[in-house]
Amino acid sequence: MSENLVNLEFTLNGERVRATVQPHLTILEVLRNEFGLYGARESCGQGLCGCCTVVVNGETVSGCLYLAAMANGAEVTTVEHLDADGKLDPIQQAFIECGAFQCGFCTSGFLMMSRQLLEQNPDPTEPEIRNYLSGNLCRCAAYPEIVEAVKLAAQRKREATAA
Amino acid sequence: MNRIEAGHEHQVGRSINRLEASAKVTGRAGYTHNLTLPRMLHAKIFRSTVAHGRILSIDTSAAREAPGVFAVYTSEDIRRVMPEPFFGPAFHDQPILAVDKVRYIGEPVAVVLASDPHAAEEATHLIYAEYEELPAVFNEVDAATSGVHVHEELKPAGTFPDLKHLAGRKATNVALDFRVRRGDVDAAFAQAAHVFDDTFTTQRVMHTPLEPMVTVAEPGENAGTLTLHTASQSPSFVRIEIARLLGWAENRVRVRVGLLGGGFGAKLYIKLEALAAALALLTRRPVRVALSMEEQFFTITKHATTFRIQTAVSADGLITGRRCEVWWNGGAYADIGPRVTQKSGFTASGPYDIENVSIDSYQVYTNLPPSGAFRGFGIPQVVWGYESHADMIARKLNIDPVEFRHRNLLKDGRPHATGTVMKDAALHLVLERVAERMNWSAPFERGTGVMRRGRGVGIGFKALVAPTTSMAMVSLAADGSCTVYSSTVDMGQASDTAIALMAGEVLGIDAETIKVIHPDTDSTPYDMATLGSRSTFHMGHAVRLAAEDARTKLRQLADELGMPADQPARAGELLKRKYGMQAGNIVGVGSFIPPYTKPDHETGQSDNITPNWMVGGTGVEVEVDTETGQFKVLRFENVVDCGTPINPKVVDSQISGAAIMQLGTALFEEMEFDDVGQLRNASFAEYKIPGIHDIPHRIGRETVDSIQSNGPFGAKGVGESATFGVASAIAEAIEDAIGVRIKSLPITPEAVYRAICAARNEPLSEE
Repeated sequence: MSENLVNLEFTLNGERVRATVQPHLTILEVLRNEFGLYGARESCGQGLCGCCTVVVNGETVSGCLYLAAMANGAEVTTVEHLDADGKLDPIQQAFIECGAFQCGFCTSGFLMMSRQLLEQNPDPTEPEIRNYLSGNLCRCAAYPEIVEAVKLAAQRKREATAA
Repeated sequence: MNRIEAGHEHQVGRSINRLEASAKVTGRAGYTHNLTLPRMLHAKIFRSTVAHGRILSIDTSAAREAPGVFAVYTSEDIRRVMPEPFFGPAFHDQPILAVDKVRYIGEPVAVVLASDPHAAEEATHLIYAEYEELPAVFNEVDAATSGVHVHEELKPAGTFPDLKHLAGRKATNVALDFRVRRGDVDAAFAQAAHVFDDTFTTQRVMHTPLEPMVTVAEPGENAGTLTLHTASQSPSFVRIEIARLLGWAENRVRVRVGLLGGGFGAKLYIKLEALAAALALLTRRPVRVALSMEEQFFTITKHATTFRIQTAVSADGLITGRRCEVWWNGGAYADIGPRVTQKSGFTASGPYDIENVSIDSYQVYTNLPPSGAFRGFGIPQVVWGYESHADMIARKLNIDPVEFRHRNLLKDGRPHATGTVMKDAALHLVLERVAERMNWSAPFERGTGVMRRGRGVGIGFKALVAPTTSMAMVSLAADGSCTVYSSTVDMGQASDTAIALMAGEVLGIDAETIKVIHPDTDSTPYDMATLGSRSTFHMGHAVRLAAEDARTKLRQLADELGMPADQPARAGELLKRKYGMQAGNIVGVGSFIPPYTKPDHETGQSDNITPNWMVGGTGVEVEVDTETGQFKVLRFENVVDCGTPINPKVVDSQISGAAIMQLGTALFEEMEFDDVGQLRNASFAEYKIPGIHDIPHRIGRETVDSIQSNGPFGAKGVGESATFGVASAIAEAIEDAIGVRIKSLPITPEAVYRAICAARNEPLSEE
């Protein structure tokens, strides 16, 4: 194990934070060990399932592969931030209403990706939704409900913008 | 003021969101995966590299010297706290760490402990083990008669009376031979107008719950006590088994389970708990044993099977006799395999009314990772065989496959092959509804040119595992609010919500206001396990009885106080009167075990083999490219009989979830072993599970109108039913489209292409 520790300073869910970590640690490990955030989770450990998805500088990344050291100076957002104003994000609300999860282990990743999709494309078609979420796996296979939830959230967000 | 009373006349049958929904969308849901304890050590496992071998030496010296390593242990160390370190629900055959021998590649041999999980893992690479390699056996049919024996002697656990006769058997890999005998099968075949004989196989697959298996063991504050935080489907069994291994009273072991990130049978009985418990006692520190996704593949799998089925049919298309031989590839340790062999084995002749039946079902040890329960508990494997066979018979006799099934399906009131008379099994109705959803009688567009279309249906049934016990407690506080104590594990099936709906139904309280306590063996009472779609039925009854008991006690209290009994939601008024302030509880308890007659050892006959039958049917349409073998499932209709749906919203997602999971097993999932038993694809990079692009665009799901008359509120389980009919329906749809029959799972495009080539007499080489 390396003794060359890295000093990190970054913005985590809107808050300036610091951590001193080993250089081989992933952002996922640092979120978990240093900040007690468990919403992003390691499952496949290879960046193939999407359970560990977090947003770094506006880009979704696989937290299990993304080295923490690379987040120095960055803005990091996790699922825990989506209801920071005390209200659920429309995508969270839609996931609940559509029953878009069973065990819930993959849900944070799907939420982060879906939210990202709607920021880039407020009115996605069903194939666009499927394409965007194709890097996320749900072993309970709540896929039909997930697609419905993204559509519902998109519709609500558009209505809110129009109003 | 909080509203305790019901805003709804009934709770059962309401489509409501999960009680834990907001926790799951905010990332705050409590999985065992999240748990970190002060001074916790991480354990990493060193695993066998040979499929069968005697351990000559294990050199752990370099690993012990590695930076950051706290300790390295082998089975000799485990024996210091667990003198007989062998566990298992059916057989006490599985060592916590390998003892003397290794029996599959990936078997745990030694373990490294460190505060830093990376330090522990790095040190595992410094362990060196020497083995004297022994011949190994991998195929279940070969192993049944092989001279290579995985175990020297069978060691049934004694938990199940019907396994006791196996004790001490030597020189065999057959860990259970279960049989059913009914009528005169030889005579039926001698007199048959048509005889059919086919063999179907299924592959080994893994559940891959996205929360990989994890257990944290924590020495108790008082000496001689222990707490296990574990992602387990069976907290009560874990407590009993750990207490047995330690020679302790049950109440010295506490088992706590949070929400599970998926289970599907992988987290049943006992997996990492014995190792974690031993390590915590050896180190006197909390120890976390957490597997990677890769390691899960070496821990538990679904049985690969070979199923030979022979059928005698009369001139008018009635099945008159059937012989079934099923070989279950059990892997190196029995786990719950013998129960799968029996409980699914006795349904191997299918949901058909057959006078003459013979079934032999063999659980066979091999030098591969252990096999256990996997969503469906063996049923999908046997349905694949008997429904594929049904389609082949119907084709040969030129009978419509739906009509052939209706002609032969069991009706209520008729005896099943075990002699148990069918009741509340909506077989005909489920098939009818699948056919109607498929527009079966309408003309079907078969495509043109290289793209051809076909369709198929399949139906299966499952006997609920019996006899098993559930207990529950319901407590009303002095403000009238309600808490339910149950050891059912919520692994995504929304059992907390179903429990709240059922308790709320009896008590007249909205389910959303009820709190369901997660399993903690210090406070939640015994439950056999969360498996086999048993909880709705068993725990449902226990919760119902507990709630009724609370109501009775409420009435007694009202009588005592001379007050009207009124509604349970107003228990608070009675308690305040009784105790002079907001104090006290009303506690109701419930326990449930259904009646059962164990099958005769020689004939498998029983007048009551199961409390109920769960039914699932599937219809598919496929489009096949005749030039490449590529195909697409265009339509996917799934119908189940689950009695009364407790929470229709969740039932719907259970149906499609089960069907899609089975689609993965049918179409692409396969653990690939090389010829020395090394698994080649233990990761999502090479082991494909269904993703969002793999699901058909048209997925239908339906529950038929039915009542399970002995069920709680007319209900029975639903978590597995939609898995049953999927695989064979796809195989039939492919034959319907292009005239080739696939008899081995998975049905890959390559398999279809090979079959196309073979059919035109240009078979491809195996390379």
